[in-house]
Amino acid sequence: MTADLALIWPELILTIGGLITLMIGTFTSDRQVGLYQVASLVTLSAATAAVVALFGTDTTVFSGTLSVDSFGGFAKLLIYAASFMCILIAPRFFKDGMRAEYPVLILFAALGMGIMASARDLMTLYVGLELNSLAAYVLASFMRTDERSSEAGLKYFVLGALASGMLLYGISLLYGFTGTTDFAGIAKVMSGEMNIGLIFGIVFVIAGLGFKISAVPFHMWTPDVYEGAPTPVTTFFATAPKVAAMALMTRVVIDAMGPAVGTWQQIIIFLALASIILGAVGAIGQKNIKRLLAYSSINNVGYMLIGLAAGTQQGVEAILTYLLVYVVTTLGSFLIVMQLRDDQGNQVESIPALAGYSQRRPGLAAALAVFLFSLAGIPPLFGFWPKLLVFWAAVDANLVPLAVAGIVASVIGAYYYIAIIKTMYFDEKSDTEFPKGTGTVVEDAVITASALWLSVIGYLFIGVLAALSASAAAVLF
Amino acid sequence: MISVGHYLAVSAVLFTLGVLGIFINRKNIIVILMAIELILLAVNINLVAFSAALGDLVGQVFSMFVLTVAAGEAAIGLAILVIYFRGRGTIAVDDANRMKG
Repeated sequence: MTADLALIWPELILTIGGLITLMIGTFTSDRQVGLYQVASLVTLSAATAAVVALFGTDTTVFSGTLSVDSFGGFAKLLIYAASFMCILIAPRFFKDGMRAEYPVLILFAALGMGIMASARDLMTLYVGLELNSLAAYVLASFMRTDERSSEAGLKYFVLGALASGMLLYGISLLYGFTGTTDFAGIAKVMSGEMNIGLIFGIVFVIAGLGFKISAVPFHMWTPDVYEGAPTPVTTFFATAPKVAAMALMTRVVIDAMGPAVGTWQQIIIFLALASIILGAVGAIGQKNIKRLLAYSSINNVGYMLIGLAAGTQQGVEAILTYLLVYVVTTLGSFLIVMQLRDDQGNQVESIPALAGYSQRRPGLAAALAVFLFSLAGIPPLFGFWPKLLVFWAAVDANLVPLAVAGIVASVIGAYYYIAIIKTMYFDEKSDTEFPKGTGTVVEDAVITASALWLSVIGYLFIGVLAALSASAAAVLF
Repeated sequence: MISVGHYLAVSAVLFTLGVLGIFINRKNIIVILMAIELILLAVNINLVAFSAALGDLVGQVFSMFVLTVAAGEAAIGLAILVIYFRGRGTIAVDDANRMKG
């Protein structure tokens, strides 16, 4: 048992750090933003260091309920990095200063997501998922006086609770018909005869997880929650939980349901196609940039699911690479969305107001153009590379029609990204002024670095990325 | 003799009622919270019935986790409902339309 504790340092650090931050928040005034912000950032950095130190171990702890391996490590690095950024950028957004609950909730959500990424038992899966969800519901309604924020929290809560209900019902069926909650044990039973109870269990579990990654038809909450939640929280929702839920889904599907490939493959293919098409079509005509990015995330999740549908190690490697590039691009775009403020300092979310943005803020407009082109997957930007990997995996797994459909839909998807770029660069200037000085040095540096990385420099890292994702994906096979 | 099948049938009925309660109900958000509890309790019946039939304690331990999380979930749901009511003065489902969709 004590030996097990040494292997879950990242979780321990986040728990203790979260509690310390909570204490600091309780016993100091809300004005001392710096203190609890630093405490939470130090906690996340320490947890990241612990993950790095444990990278490469491949073992299970606590009677096989939690795994410590490089697959979980890869996901955790992305999750912690995204959470770090979301705490870093928040104080400037909240006018009354960031209340201490914000970093505490992010820390606990990150803890839950870390458990999701390394769960290998239905029980740890559920506890991790709920730890993340419960923190997320509160975060969505964080601006208590804002009607849209509380409505977003309410909608997220109701649909999220329904999803975890469905997931639990599936879990209870899987438990009943396999007699175990352990992923490896479930896989052993599934390699035999399938019965109707197991199939129902698989369907319900995938439906519940599909909600968390906002795959169509379980996406209805996404646009509303993304629009209503405060922008730093939206940034968080669009990055870290996506990584955690996608890693969890991959592990459940490959590890626990691996032998029943005939059953889940059709479901995943349906989710993938529906998400890609609805994500692309739904975004057309959106006037709010946060809603548009919500549809963009639905669309991108669809591409990741293509890699999952392949069900091969190559497919999982593609998913991991995709997640990394997706997180960098989404963080960059939301950092720019945070900086869209008019001369009164109010947030601007309307896309028509962006007309002429390239003349007012040429640097930010260029960076946003890079991010949007990269999300659309237009070469030579780096967003093209993971899409290529995903299609490659699908073709190698004999899913050529799926890959073709994905490519066709990505052309539709490119339309609305290019429409924004046209608005920024070629439309008459709108009345909205975008005064300078909206971002800190750190934010500008992160935007510049990620835009450069996505434009061409990313290709220099292909070798490193491939080695990392290969070592992480190999754990599952 | 009551078999696992009977328990599964009761639980399936409760689960369906819960899901319908969320989707059909157009009046009151409190009713949605009750429907969510119904879903979770249906799951608990399933878990305990399976646990008894399999002679395996894991299901009952799991149902304890579900109960705990359900309590937390209800608390958070009610808290969000309170701030929603403060801002809007209503908890009717049809009025949750500040954003389209």
